[in-house]
Amino acid sequence: MRRGRSAGLLNLHLGLVFLFLYGPILVLVALSFNRAGLPTAWTGFSFRWYEALARNASIHHAVGNTIIVAFASTLIATAIGTLLAIGVERGRGSPALDAILFAPMIIPDIVLAIALLSFFSMLKMTLGLHSIVLAHVVFNIAFVAAVVRTRLKHFDWSVVEASADLGASAFTTFRLVTLPIIFPGVLAAALLAFTLSVDEFIIAYFTSGAGPASTTFPMRIYSMIRFGVTPEINAVATIVMGVSFSLVLVAQRLLGARDRA
Amino acid sequence: MTPTIRRAALMAPGLGWLALFLLVPCLLVLGLSFFERGVYGGIDYIFTFENYRRAVDPLYRSILLNSAWIAFLATLVSALIGYPAAYAIVKAPERWQSALLVLIMLPFWSNYLIRTYAWIVLLNREGLINRALAGLGATEPLPLLYNDFAIVLGLVYGYLPFMVLAIYASLSRLDPALLEQSADLGASPVSTFLRITLPLTLPGVAAGSVFVFVLSIGNFITPDLLGGGRRVMVGNLIYKQFLAARDWPFGSALAFLLIAIMMLLLLTQALLVRRSGGERPA
Repeated sequence: MRRGRSAGLLNLHLGLVFLFLYGPILVLVALSFNRAGLPTAWTGFSFRWYEALARNASIHHAVGNTIIVAFASTLIATAIGTLLAIGVERGRGSPALDAILFAPMIIPDIVLAIALLSFFSMLKMTLGLHSIVLAHVVFNIAFVAAVVRTRLKHFDWSVVEASADLGASAFTTFRLVTLPIIFPGVLAAALLAFTLSVDEFIIAYFTSGAGPASTTFPMRIYSMIRFGVTPEINAVATIVMGVSFSLVLVAQRLLGARDRA
Repeated sequence: MTPTIRRAALMAPGLGWLALFLLVPCLLVLGLSFFERGVYGGIDYIFTFENYRRAVDPLYRSILLNSAWIAFLATLVSALIGYPAAYAIVKAPERWQSALLVLIMLPFWSNYLIRTYAWIVLLNREGLINRALAGLGATEPLPLLYNDFAIVLGLVYGYLPFMVLAIYASLSRLDPALLEQSADLGASPVSTFLRITLPLTLPGVAAGSVFVFVLSIGNFITPDLLGGGRRVMVGNLIYKQFLAARDWPFGSALAFLLIAIMMLLLLTQALLVRRSGGERPA
């Protein structure tokens, strides 16, 4: 009997944790359809905040910038992060390499942000979307390498050797043997990298330079929250959460049940 | 090509990128932290320890200590909430476990700004929680927002997934035979938990704690939005030195202190893992 009750308590606790994680997000989703837009009262279902968003040109511009940055940084990070993962996994494990690959994930955003700002300004580089891309690749390499490495943990390297024995060049082997096998992992890594880049705020803020030309979507979201909340933000939140969650769920699906989470 | 050269060639672009855009900038920050601030906000290349001395004088020391305290509270609360949650997932039927873990991690992959904003909606004076309390007969709205409570809550909300994941990784590697033997020898479930499960999964708790603590102490968004700028943490202080005060050397010294704390904790954790028999958490 005691066992059953403690299992029940544990499951109740887990349920509350999920409520804690998802409740606030669901509140925003509900508010985005509230005619009044404010949490004070429900005044009826409406799409008016989504319509306001559809007419907001400065947000469209920021979304465009974010997509450019996310595409570019994902492309670069996926390519070199995948190669990096293969290189690391082919050798014996090295704690130093693990630490180097862990650092970009755990270093506080603000520290990376000011370090890159100092670096770029020392080089007298003009800042803009390109400098945000350079910065976003840093953390995305680490995440791509981590995801591809979990995929490679179950990789049978003898197929690569067999291909080489049969006379295939290293590049042909990579293209026809290694890549097809790990491709779902690579695609999942790319989707996750894209999501991280789309949502990243502080590093982009510091490395974008002044001026609205290189304002990204999270920078717009920040100023919406910080300087006068408009109900449009709930619609923004709902769309952003929807897109992020979908991308991540597709990525998890690609990674398959065995390598999940 | 020999295997070693091929391996090096595969890793070169990635490691090169990290060297150029992570290592060099961090070393630059270290270098800047030993220079003087110029009259017009530039940098005078005169060697000095002044920035570090300033970082520990009472005004700034209290901000550093307050940040560490808040990060510690967030870590503690995350561990207390995260451990039983991870335990519940390990005990769940195996076919559900990966789905449950995905659900735990899903919020992490989404927009941190928006997740933080959600708490402004819930916690403010006119917010949903105060309205609900008023509906229950409370006369005064509770001051839930713009204080340490809100900051800790926001940090736990943001980083709890890491804690659950790290503890889960540790728990799922625990040998069930150990627990059975303990029970066979007459130990109660509570004493089995306290004397076997908990000690063997402490490396997981440590891994999760390092993550939560480091991400919390250097956080900028949460104290900015949920602390309302009234409670300043190191992250906000660094932000100000770079964008408002134009004192890059002092900001660099603060940033380097954060890097040093991070490295110290990672090192401690690595030693802890090695001592506990090479088990690699998360």
